[in-house]
Amino acid sequence: MNLATISLAYLKARSLNTLLNILLLALGIATIVLLLLTTAQLDQRMRRDAQGIDLVIGAKGSPMQVILSSIYHLDVPTGNIPYKQTQEISKHRAVKKAIPLALGDSYKGARIVGTTHAYLDHYGAKVAQGKRWEKTLEAVIGADVAKRMNLKLGNKFHGSHGLGEAGEVHEEHPYTVVGILEPSGSVLDRVVLCSVESVWAMHASHHDIKDINDIANQLKDEEKEYTALLIQYASPVAAAILPRYVNNNSAMQAASPAYETARLFSIIGVGVDVLRGFALVLVFSAGLSVFIALYNALNERRYDLAVMRTLGARPGTLLLLLLFEGLLLALIGGVLGIAGGHALTEVLGHALRLAQQVSVTGWTWINSEWWVLALAAGVGVVAALIPAWRAYRTDIAGTLARG
Amino acid sequence: MFSLHDVQHAYDGEPVLNVPEWQAQQGALWLMLGPSGSGKTTLLHVLAGILRPASGQVAVADQDISALSPSAMDRFRGKNIGIVLQRLHLIDSLTVMNNLLLAQYMAGETQNPARAREVLASLDLADKANARPHELSHGQAQRVAVARAVVNKPKLLLADEPTSNLDDERCVQVLDLLLNQAKACGATLVIATHDQRIKSRVPNQYALKGAA
Repeated sequence: MNLATISLAYLKARSLNTLLNILLLALGIATIVLLLLTTAQLDQRMRRDAQGIDLVIGAKGSPMQVILSSIYHLDVPTGNIPYKQTQEISKHRAVKKAIPLALGDSYKGARIVGTTHAYLDHYGAKVAQGKRWEKTLEAVIGADVAKRMNLKLGNKFHGSHGLGEAGEVHEEHPYTVVGILEPSGSVLDRVVLCSVESVWAMHASHHDIKDINDIANQLKDEEKEYTALLIQYASPVAAAILPRYVNNNSAMQAASPAYETARLFSIIGVGVDVLRGFALVLVFSAGLSVFIALYNALNERRYDLAVMRTLGARPGTLLLLLLFEGLLLALIGGVLGIAGGHALTEVLGHALRLAQQVSVTGWTWINSEWWVLALAAGVGVVAALIPAWRAYRTDIAGTLARG
Repeated sequence: MFSLHDVQHAYDGEPVLNVPEWQAQQGALWLMLGPSGSGKTTLLHVLAGILRPASGQVAVADQDISALSPSAMDRFRGKNIGIVLQRLHLIDSLTVMNNLLLAQYMAGETQNPARAREVLASLDLADKANARPHELSHGQAQRVAVARAVVNKPKLLLADEPTSNLDDERCVQVLDLLLNQAKACGATLVIATHDQRIKSRVPNQYALKGAA
């Protein structure tokens, strides 16, 4: 017998009401946790994918589209850029690393990325099975792609034009899977990787090429195109030189991943703020409901409280009892809400994976969840304050004389 | 024992209690008699230390309770005074057993389930330990209320109109119960009543004459 068991007994005695309050609070908390988990993971993944990439050079158009298409592979490219000019930029003294990307095709929604091995190294990718691509039309696939499409080493598949599944299929040149990557949590998990030449080969029919294995030598430099160039600066000074150099001297444009992702988050942020406001309204109404429940219960319990005083309870004990009841209610609601938030996030993550978007998981814990639990506890205690104060002020003799 | 000296109380300037002198030996059995409105309940509350009289001295078990701080009074009451209220007021959210443990907990005593079971057994309630108060008959509930009042072995046991609304047979049973339990823990017993049937059973009687 202690304050916890007494509080629990009272909560059980009006279980329907208790359940309702717990549910209301849990809903609000779950919404907050869902938001925290998804934004934290999106933020982390976006940062991870853009790590070490200081600048993206692509065709003129929306800079955000350049970033979305070249770093996150979530959008179609703005167009292609001429090979010759990218070579000049690659040799610029401000550039430490330049990774070419040739995009345009996909396999069942997974982007086919023509690039160099430097792209794999940039993300520290490890090959789980097989090897890296060497010849044209050899493909290395990300862990998610392998799992979702059930592709094994040696399997052949046809790429199709565009990022959707409705594009024109390149029937004549099937890819062969020669390697499968370990899961890395980066964008590599959900793309198909091959040499730039493989991507050129897909469109070789336009240029009358016979032997696609030697395509790099058969195409004239003017006919070669990249989609984007991922740049790492040689020094911080490069940030002042290179974007201007690119934007002034070519048909290309330079887009900053840091700036564009920040802009993207500020746009998403409006939606997140609205949802967060909604969640806080839920939590507030849960607090109000707990308050009303405790306040009403106080009326039924005035004799119980007076009796406890006759048994030796101090006013402070009754105050604590009521506060504890609010706290207990809130903590149960808070814990359930956090569990529910994780479950919701996992469900959402599953749906996103099916839709071939960025993956989000509920099986992770972030530190701000402790604050959410503290928020729930705070709401419980505040809701119990006035009832607790009334319990503290119980007039024993007066109450008992009337009953 | 307890002693009252020149105790007076008033509500809104209206005198409701006037006790010039009342001394009781430890273990003595008393009836407090008086018509309705003569201040029986008020005096019981004064003896229980849940109401401070406007004036006068009150001592219970050698302790001048007028001198105690409010929180010391609460502790003292929990340990030394048992009260059986007219309407019983068992706590319905708790089992019978927990109603008894609650008395130990609130008094700041070590919780002793063995003692609680012993009291329940002596009142023929051993099989009701896990029942909830609303599942009990009125007679059983009254015995639980008595059990809760004596579980801490009080020095003073107070009962407010315990026999009103009871038929003659039950009236005798309840009276026996209170007398036996008071003797068992050596408590001074005060029964506030206007029930004429029990007058002959209790040796000491104090008649309240009203405040006027």
